Amino acid sequence: MTLTATHPAVPAILPPRGGLFGSLSDTLWRNPKLLLFLMLTPPLLWLGVVYLGALFALLLQSFFSIDEYSGLIDCRFTLKTYGELLQAANVDIIVRTVTMAAAVTVASAVVAFPIAYFAARYARGKWKVLFYLGVMLPLWSSYLVKIYAWKLILAKEGILTWLLAKLHLLGLLDAWLSLPVVGGNSLSVSFTGTFIVFVYVWLPFMILPIQAALERVPGNLVEASSDLGASPGQTFRNVLLPLALPGVVAGSIFTFSLTLGDYIIPQIIGTSRLFIGQAVYAHQGTAGNIPLAAAFTVVPIVVMGFYLWMARRMGAFDAL
Amino acid sequence: MTSAVSFRKTSRHFGSVRAVDAVDLDIVPGEFFAMLGPSGSGKTTCLRLIAGFEQPTAGEIRIFGEKADGVPPYRRNVNTVFQDYALFPHLNVLDNVAYGLMVKGVGKAERRQAAEDALKLVALPGYGARRPGQLSGGQRQRVALARALVNKPKVLLLDEPLGALDLKLREQMQEELKALQRRLGITFVFVTHDQGEALSMADRVAVFNDGKIMQVGTPEEIYEKPQSRFVADFVGSSNVLPPDFVQRYAGQRRWGSLRPERIRIHRAASGDGVRARVLAMHYVGAATRVALDADGQRLHATVPTGAMLPAEGDEVILTFNRDQLHLMDGEG
Repeated sequence: MTLTATHPAVPAILPPRGGLFGSLSDTLWRNPKLLLFLMLTPPLLWLGVVYLGALFALLLQSFFSIDEYSGLIDCRFTLKTYGELLQAANVDIIVRTVTMAAAVTVASAVVAFPIAYFAARYARGKWKVLFYLGVMLPLWSSYLVKIYAWKLILAKEGILTWLLAKLHLLGLLDAWLSLPVVGGNSLSVSFTGTFIVFVYVWLPFMILPIQAALERVPGNLVEASSDLGASPGQTFRNVLLPLALPGVVAGSIFTFSLTLGDYIIPQIIGTSRLFIGQAVYAHQGTAGNIPLAAAFTVVPIVVMGFYLWMARRMGAFDAL
Repeated sequence: MTSAVSFRKTSRHFGSVRAVDAVDLDIVPGEFFAMLGPSGSGKTTCLRLIAGFEQPTAGEIRIFGEKADGVPPYRRNVNTVFQDYALFPHLNVLDNVAYGLMVKGVGKAERRQAAEDALKLVALPGYGARRPGQLSGGQRQRVALARALVNKPKVLLLDEPLGALDLKLREQMQEELKALQRRLGITFVFVTHDQGEALSMADRVAVFNDGKIMQVGTPEEIYEKPQSRFVADFVGSSNVLPPDFVQRYAGQRRWGSLRPERIRIHRAASGDGVRARVLAMHYVGAATRVALDADGQRLHATVPTGAMLPAEGDEVILTFNRDQLHLMDGEG
């Protein structure tokens, strides 16, 4: 067999494959817009009807009110429920939740950055596999199991207290627990405990976006910065951080909104004071006050909207 | 006189790979110095050793007489123009150029002025507000040059800076770089794998192979008097001739190098000279390359366009001046 001469039996244009899939392939190849339409319609319908529809229904409910005597929902448009939301006890819940979400987000970013930096810059081959495994593995087990495990770790009779006693550092823990607000009888019934578990549970959602952002920063930009006289600290502030910021913001959207909406962690670990998620759960369930529950859920949406607007104004998405 | 850069038995080994192996090198202040070699020959590692991105595993490096080993890049008054420019995508052109001054704490008004001046120097005045992403390859290259020059470095390192440009732009930039270097008097160290670029721009050229310097000299010395088969072969495309062949025509049992443009082709079946047969002809614009077979020895010659050409398969006689057959050592 030779490769030099063109064989006359081989046609220049191949015949159609035939069959349903053959003609379908040809049609879609000629009409890329049709393909796009077919691919996008189902998810857009899902998002539009199920997600946005539910969101709109929620917003609508928050403008209804509950009749205090009969417990029935009054479907007339009113701002009464929002007035109720602004009562001191409810504002407390909002401030507590937003503060916790902000603290969890900052702590996650600080813990996640070095891990993500290592993974993006130095980890290769099996170290990269180990990194992904280490970050993802906690996500494979049930969220409830992890939280109950933490309850045991943080309990007064738990391993952490035992370890600190062995290290003669129990005084430190007691001093911390005697502080107002963050303290309590033991870590498992304090805001500190809630905070630790939140950071643990949401950390992968911060690490992965930062790692993806750092992965896209060419290594020679760090070298160029150093070459131009920037110390490692200056390089971090002027090059790495601005370029990784979209990743940090993406990660913080996860940690912030997940903390704002969670009602299980604060119920199992922490004080008896409520977070937004718990308040929503209580109002839509036993109390049957759907309008107030809806008004409570509007809070995280507004907070997130404000947060994204701020991030945009600060130029977090300029490097996208 | 102190050298701008000096290497003394300097090595950079990566495990068993000897990227730079016991190199001795002196770069004269104010010269345009080219490091030429194939990829993996150690020229870029040498540049990175000067910049401080790599540290020598043995030997020492001095920059203007001062010991540089262990000194981080940000404490060296040396700047680099990177191969793919490495412009900061989140900063505009002016802030890119002013970056070095900004991290050194130079005031805003002063560094803006200096950056504007540097942009003028590279013929890009008024481009400050643009983003690097909005510039062409050639413009990015100029911005990278301005960003390095604004710091008034003692040595400017250029890592294949013209590699990504098309031919026409590359030739233009070669002339501009050379003129700029003359005007500023800064020591330029230029890494390239393009021998034409090295010969046309540099005052002196170091030819690298396998982590070692094979020869250092002016472009004329490197081209006309290669000291080894490697240099003869890599710089220009010489005919490297084995001792047996050289003995027959020059009387000495040594390796020889004969530049293709020195060979004259005579369309005759017999006469004084080397008998050869024409194997193939390759038209390359300004000349035609002729592949020849002289009794088993492959040779090539170039015939300028317009001169008489032989035909494929012709038996011809080759002549050359005896002193143009350059004798050298076989090693390397």
